[in-house]
Amino acid sequence: MIDDTTLVDIRRDMIKFAHLQLRDATLAEDVVQEALAAALSSAREFAGRSALKTWVFAILRHKIVDQIRLQSRTTNISSLSQEEESLDQTFETLFKSNAHWSPEARPNDWGNPEESLRQQRFWDVFDACLKHLPENTARVFMMREFLEFETVEVCQELSITTSNCNVILHRARNGLRRCLEKNWFTPGEQPC
Amino acid sequence: MLSCKEVTHLLSKAQDRKITLTERVNLEMHLAICNGCKNFKNQMTFLRQACQRYLKNQEKIDD
Repeated sequence: MIDDTTLVDIRRDMIKFAHLQLRDATLAEDVVQEALAAALSSAREFAGRSALKTWVFAILRHKIVDQIRLQSRTTNISSLSQEEESLDQTFETLFKSNAHWSPEARPNDWGNPEESLRQQRFWDVFDACLKHLPENTARVFMMREFLEFETVEVCQELSITTSNCNVILHRARNGLRRCLEKNWFTPGEQPC
Repeated sequence: MLSCKEVTHLLSKAQDRKITLTERVNLEMHLAICNGCKNFKNQMTFLRQACQRYLKNQEKIDD
């Protein structure tokens, strides 16, 4: 049997995930509610709490995608907000005029970053960095990485061109990388 | 010779599709002599790894 505390915990994690992607508390609550209702109304038997969680998250991902699809009809995902523009400007400042890294902006060696994956503090920083990405940029990135769409599908779903999609994903990855470098991976020795 | 800026775009694309042979050759030539871009490449690999772990963690139940 599924007890209430388990459900409360699962629901909390679901809301966190939905909120991260949709950036709207009410919408997040709504999709989570729908996903839970759908999951609990199906007469499926679960081998354990963990199987239940996997199942509801699978449903939640579908609901989030539906919501993003809906939004993409009314908003232009590839339009640049001020935040996106400033992220792009910062990116340009990382290079010298010949488009090679300027010495102080050169990416650092993160050593064995996999070790960080076991630390809760790392995940707090990672979360904060995701939240820090501009909304539309984050949405495209998360659709690719968390909802596990192929990039072509992301472009199709959101009606953006492939080259636009590439620009957005590049912006997201570079933004995230810089945020982690600054806030988690302490700069080691300068490479090159 | 590709510039570092071009390499960052190519490395991001490589996360999304198979890059062509010419792209691969140009990339390898650049990476052979540029530690900054080599680090960038490892960072891209790590980001993918972190995202996958993120999804896995999400389905775990904390006891």
